[in-house]
Amino acid sequence: MNEMDNKQRLELPHQQMAELPVDRRLAGASEVNVGYSEEQARAEAQRCLQCKRPPCVAGCPVDIDIPAFIKLISEGRYADAALKIKETNSFPAICGRVCPQEQQCQAKCVVGRTGRPPVGIGHLERFVGDYLVANPQPVSSSPEPTGYKVAIVGSGPAGLTTAGELAKLGHEVTIFEALHEPGGVMTYGIPEFRLPKDIIRYEIKALLELGVQIVHDTIIGRTLTIDELFGEMGFAAVFLGLGAGNPRFLGIEGENLRGVYSANEFLTRINLMRAYRDDYDTPIRRGNNVTVVGGGNVTLDSSRWALRLGAETVTIVYRRSREEMPARVEEVRHTEEEGVQFRFLSQPMRLLGDDGDVAAMECLQMELGEPDESGRARPIPIEGSEFTLPTDLVIIAIGARVSPLVPIAVPGIELDEGGHVIVNPDTLETSIPGVFGGGDLIPGEETIVRAMGDGRRAAQSIHKYLIDRE
Amino acid sequence: MFEVTSNRQLAEGVFGLSIKAPQIARHHHAGQFCIIRAAQHCERVPLSIADKDVHAGTITVVVQAVGHSTQEIAGVQAGEFLLDVVGPLGNPTNVGKPARGAFVGGGVGVAAGYLMLQALKGAGAEVVAIIGFRTRDLIIYEDKFRRVSDELIVTTDDGSYGYHGLVTEPLEQQLQEGAQPDLVITVGPVVMMAAVAEVTRPYAIKTIASLNPIMVDGTGMCGACRVTVGGQTKFTCVDGPEFDAHQVDFRELSERLKMYKTNESRADEAGAHHCQVEPAYWRLDERNG
Ligand SMILES: Cc1cc2nc3c(=O)[nH]c(=O)nc-3n(C[C@H](O)[C@H](O)[C@H](O)COP(=O)(O)OP(=O)(O)OC[C@H]3O[C@@H](n4cnc5c(N)ncnc54)[C@H](O)[C@@H]3O)c2cc1C
Ligand code: SF4
Ligand code: FES
Repeated sequence: MNEMDNKQRLELPHQQMAELPVDRRLAGASEVNVGYSEEQARAEAQRCLQCKRPPCVAGCPVDIDIPAFIKLISEGRYADAALKIKETNSFPAICGRVCPQEQQCQAKCVVGRTGRPPVGIGHLERFVGDYLVANPQPVSSSPEPTGYKVAIVGSGPAGLTTAGELAKLGHEVTIFEALHEPGGVMTYGIPEFRLPKDIIRYEIKALLELGVQIVHDTIIGRTLTIDELFGEMGFAAVFLGLGAGNPRFLGIEGENLRGVYSANEFLTRINLMRAYRDDYDTPIRRGNNVTVVGGGNVTLDSSRWALRLGAETVTIVYRRSREEMPARVEEVRHTEEEGVQFRFLSQPMRLLGDDGDVAAMECLQMELGEPDESGRARPIPIEGSEFTLPTDLVIIAIGARVSPLVPIAVPGIELDEGGHVIVNPDTLETSIPGVFGGGDLIPGEETIVRAMGDGRRAAQSIHKYLIDRE
Repeated sequence: MFEVTSNRQLAEGVFGLSIKAPQIARHHHAGQFCIIRAAQHCERVPLSIADKDVHAGTITVVVQAVGHSTQEIAGVQAGEFLLDVVGPLGNPTNVGKPARGAFVGGGVGVAAGYLMLQALKGAGAEVVAIIGFRTRDLIIYEDKFRRVSDELIVTTDDGSYGYHGLVTEPLEQQLQEGAQPDLVITVGPVVMMAAVAEVTRPYAIKTIASLNPIMVDGTGMCGACRVTVGGQTKFTCVDGPEFDAHQVDFRELSERLKMYKTNESRADEAGAHHCQVEPAYWRLDERNG
């Protein structure tokens, strides 16, 4: 292909990813984003200017060499492109789907700064990730065993990444997971229509092939203690990836009425326990007029599942405005397309019941004031602005705290005021020697890519910790 | 996969399963429970650990087969397997050092009491057990209770065996006669626990109830198990399952258990066999306001 100059590249149209039409989305759980074709991927790759000092890389929490992998795509070397990503990110098929690219790499993209759509870095990442899933590459020769055993607590993205990296370094790795399926939030929280479970299963299988063991139904702190891990079980180091799975509630009247769920419960019943399928026993309330409280990915995921379960109306109640929503932009668009309504600048004040079942939500209208600690405009209630939404199912999706099992799993571990585990920022070692931690249980962005980045860094420091002991 | 080593029918629709789960047996303390999922399509069902044999590496659960998922558990025979068993969950019973302790249980909730009584005995307490059933055919664990209690009172709602009436009546008699325990532990249908709390409240006797809300994960992740205790929201699976019975909002718990009353549900499992006596118990609850 003859070389284009930057001016020509800038004129190339952005490749839209095909999407499932709304009626087909609502009829099941199929993935909404269909993916790029090969032609599309190569065309989109041509839009990259191959910047010498690429700002997109600076926006990537795991420093993927973005221009390099995009160049490989434009040369048709898809497997090599995927392996390039895998140098710093183990799971491109996952991150390509769920990373908030418009706040990370794509926010910095030079093409985007010209007023055009930025290069579709996420879509391209997904394309090569999927290519690798469909065309698995032979694994490089197995490493020399080090003789060290490392225990991983929790099989979310942080735990899985740490496990894979340590296994590649020759350590004997066992993951302990409380639930009956691995994957953490990727399994119980994020819906099939956004992240197909087959991808998680594929990645788990790849880990098992690396020699990683996964033990389900095991809660560290209950089924086994950390002393046993270090003692008779012979583990030399432990990584904590217990996540932030402890849902917050609003603390308002009526929140314990029947028909009020945390998003975690609603999503777990559906994703992990398959309540949407007739061949499973899991009960779920479906609701005709569903109200979901919050403004993040969790809120959108809950609202979209409610629609798919047959709700007539689904309304998201968020106390700030659209601009402050922390959710992925693409997800907000999909949610709107599917028919979810938004009530911005609205704060639930209490829930009203009818014979024990939730029947209505009383809200107060807000206006935006000065920015708060999070840098977003603070919502201020407007006096006398109460309004009532009739609703028969309420889902609270306003965030979560660190797992309450952390201090039970590791008695005496130091936590900060927010309940997060305190770690050395360079090594990710906790206050307990030989115990490392990452992902949602340490302070920082609550994203999958961050959890994976932590996992990688933790694996490096655990490796160093073990080797230095010799 | 967890092997069932024995499965015995204890009463009509009530089965006792011993399960090979050495790690759970070894770490379990009285008051803790487990969650069982019989097969892929089944719910995760929270069950008290009724007994254990650390040496053999087994735990015993007592399951009343009412809903589909509990029927599946009850139907697993010796030599067959349960897909998932996780535990021990929740906090152990804090028995303290009472001189005299009482256990008041009803229905399958009784099963949870055996190890609690053992713990009380182990702490040096003299123990009374009052266990209630709807009718003679539903009585379970009588022999085991006789072995660990200094005094055992069995009640039936229909008078077909033992004391004719509700468990709260012999309890009240004991309190009036001055044989006051320092600690009462109650496990059973919500209405019964609420009534027990009202009987002991005027005497200011420390009373703990082991609660049985709907659960999913048992790790504090979903909030299905939330209850109101002393005006605050608590997650039963990590903060409980035992709470100060005088602080628990039993009405709310009872209402929440009906979440899936159109579906087959744990609500039935929790309350079913006491339906007829429910009004009588709630009257007791109202008595003290
Ligand atoms: C509905 C939803 C949608 C989201 N969408 C996105 C998105 O689009 N993009 C994005 O980047 N991020 C998203 N997030 C956030 C993201 O999922 C988290 O930041 C990430 O999963 C954190 O990973 P983790 O490995 O730290 O923990 P988790 O994924 O929470 O995994 C922790 C695991 O540890 C297990 N565990 C806990 N305690 C114990 C114990 N004592 N013993 C054994 N196992 C234990 C848990 O069962 C769980 O499986 C979303 C979150 C939710 C809830
Ligand atoms: S900033 Fe945009 S144009 Fe530049 S290298 Fe990154 S993706 Fe390509
Ligand atoms: S059962 Fe889910 S938080 Fe307790």
